[in-house]
Amino acid sequence: MKADPRGVLTGVHFLDGDHACCEGALAAGCRCAFGYPITPSTEVVERIAQRLPTVGGVFLQMEDEIASSIAIQGAAWGGKKVLSVSSGPGISLMMEHVGLAAMTETPCVFVNVQRAGPSTGLPTLVAQADMMQARWGSHGDYEVIALCPNSPQECFDLTVQAFNLAEIYRVPVMFMMDEAVGHMTERVVIPAADQIEVVERRRPAEPPSDTYALYRCEPGSRVPPMPPVGEGYRFHVTGLTHDERGYPVMNAEAQDRLVRRLVDKIRLAGPALERYEEYQVDDADVVLVAYGITSRVVQRSMQLARERGLKVGVFRPVVVWPFPERRLRELARQVKAFVVAELNLGQVVLEVERLACGTRTVLAPHAGGGLHAPEAILAQVEEVLR
Amino acid sequence: MSERINPVEPFLRMDRMPHIWCPGCGIGTVVNCFVRALLKTRADLNKVSVVSGIGCTGRIAGYFRVDSFHTTHGRSLPFATGLKMANPELNVWDFSGDGDLIAIGGNHFIHAARRNADLKVVCVNNFTYGMTGGQVTPTAPLHSLATTAPYGAFEKPFNLPFLADSSGAVYVARWTTYHVRQLTRSMEEIMTKPGFCFIEVIAPCPTAYQRRNRLGDGLEAMRYYKANSKVVHGADTRSVDIDLGGPIVVGKFVDRDRPTTLEAMRDELQKALGGKYVPYPTGVNR
Amino acid sequence: MASTSEVGDAPQAERKAKGTVFIHRERCKGCGFCVEFCPSGVLAPDKAFNRKGYHPPVVVSAEACTGCDLCGMYCPDFAIHGVRARVAGQEGCDEG
Repeated sequence: MKADPRGVLTGVHFLDGDHACCEGALAAGCRCAFGYPITPSTEVVERIAQRLPTVGGVFLQMEDEIASSIAIQGAAWGGKKVLSVSSGPGISLMMEHVGLAAMTETPCVFVNVQRAGPSTGLPTLVAQADMMQARWGSHGDYEVIALCPNSPQECFDLTVQAFNLAEIYRVPVMFMMDEAVGHMTERVVIPAADQIEVVERRRPAEPPSDTYALYRCEPGSRVPPMPPVGEGYRFHVTGLTHDERGYPVMNAEAQDRLVRRLVDKIRLAGPALERYEEYQVDDADVVLVAYGITSRVVQRSMQLARERGLKVGVFRPVVVWPFPERRLRELARQVKAFVVAELNLGQVVLEVERLACGTRTVLAPHAGGGLHAPEAILAQVEEVLR
Repeated sequence: MSERINPVEPFLRMDRMPHIWCPGCGIGTVVNCFVRALLKTRADLNKVSVVSGIGCTGRIAGYFRVDSFHTTHGRSLPFATGLKMANPELNVWDFSGDGDLIAIGGNHFIHAARRNADLKVVCVNNFTYGMTGGQVTPTAPLHSLATTAPYGAFEKPFNLPFLADSSGAVYVARWTTYHVRQLTRSMEEIMTKPGFCFIEVIAPCPTAYQRRNRLGDGLEAMRYYKANSKVVHGADTRSVDIDLGGPIVVGKFVDRDRPTTLEAMRDELQKALGGKYVPYPTGVNR
Repeated sequence: MASTSEVGDAPQAERKAKGTVFIHRERCKGCGFCVEFCPSGVLAPDKAFNRKGYHPPVVVSAEACTGCDLCGMYCPDFAIHGVRARVAGQEGCDEG
């Protein structure tokens, strides 16, 4: 389905990532948002507060991130496409409700403009140290989808994708920006509305009845259609472990049935959720693995390496969760080593190590607050090849 | 004969009965009153939504045969706020207990009242966290016993009508589960009243609060409510604190009007944006 | 006074009864509210138990019932309710 033109700011713009993210949300059809200020994400909600009322939407700044993260879920059940935005400390507050969204299969987008932590950390400076939290941050077994844009243009394009994925899979989607990408200003081209594909929520095919079951999936599908509120379906949504009807059922059998499906709908999605970019990997001895802003830094490292005759490529996951396991395993069989460059002290590297199955994997860490120097990553590559 | 059927049955998920509430618990009584209010006002059940938090009172949402949401502990009000804002045609009710709504939910409570979110909020106050075995709550009367205040509660409790009133609620009433007719009447009144409407219902928790404080069972509690309640409509909410063994002032204390969140938003945005504002429905017919 | 013309045909004792209660014995958990707060003294606890071991109410004074439904409003287990009925007497339901 094509985007609603009223939300699409078609044209060539000079925007930072935060602003572009807002425009992506509007283009995707988001008409309801709740948020709270926190550096470096505040500009997203500031722009949303300005823009939504002019396109028939509604924004409310809530009293805290906890309220924001659940208000969006009420609004999602009320029928809207929704988003909330935060960083570090606020994302930690929102974690309980990421789990609620996963458990109740509520489509919503959580934007994390990552900054250095832990705790208050460096509020205005970049890091990528919330990657594991994005996947494991709430309690219990569940899966989310996480995307990592590396430019303001992608903050627009991938936000649209984030909303679409939320509707398709009925999960909370973690949009993992970082402060560098969020506060970087670049050319952003917003196409005409009819060039933008948006996915609408799948409603039940059946009308309301006594036998309607909120979480019953069509054969072969793991994602149930989502009923509209207020039209007689009379459904019950609970964070308690529940059966197909949505009724709480307190036993291990119900737990197994429900939680496996919640997890499998992502883990077994296959190629549909594989999105990555590769540069010069075919002949590479060393592949640099990086995401978000660091994926741009490693382009320079790769360039410098090639100039020195070193066969280096880049593998950039765009969808980081679920991690592109299949491709990583393939690459592991053909390269001598991976160098994982990330603005943290070792998070996504753990996935690469796991999947490399013995192929040498080295971390090029950075505690955050700035970016790697491309030469520093190159030095790690040279070290590996020695 | 349809009159043989208990009036609550068409409103409940009878396939989930019997409910989990203890003998003499007041929550079932609250359900009865709500059903009769829905009947009396001929509410459109397709448009009624029930949101609740966690705890014994929170289980109300699961039993009602309407679109209902059993959310996280203390966070039913922001969920309900989002639900109503996304879909202003809904008639959104929130049933939560004292611990859920006022302890962990306290911040959300005062802000929802402050912004006059168009929600109907019923707090079943049994002075305890019943589901988890009887811990102390911010409404537990001074010196009452609880598992986490085994020597007596030493913190001055909140006076909920005062809290709601001072935060800006447009309707504030308190009843006990003894006052079923009045409670039903209050629920009827707020069914169509726009804005943040709050009813505190003092109710027995025979298993936890009553037992730990040697106050007898549910029936003893009800006898207490009957003997010690004083109806004072329009009472100054500052004066309606509840002490252990003391009187319980009940009545309708506040009934006023001001713009709801969506009305105020619409007015402000209209002023500032003029023709650029795309009006958003408020769900209010005044 | 009764609300329908049929009561005019009923015997004197029955004409006084303006209401009827319906009791679901097996739902009752013996809280005692209905017995205590019936304004007309219609109910008393049964000497017999129900399947859960509680003493549900029984009607001991049918003609006094006004059908006010206070019992129904109080009952936390939805085990009793009153209706303003045309014919006096108690109706019991033994379903669970």
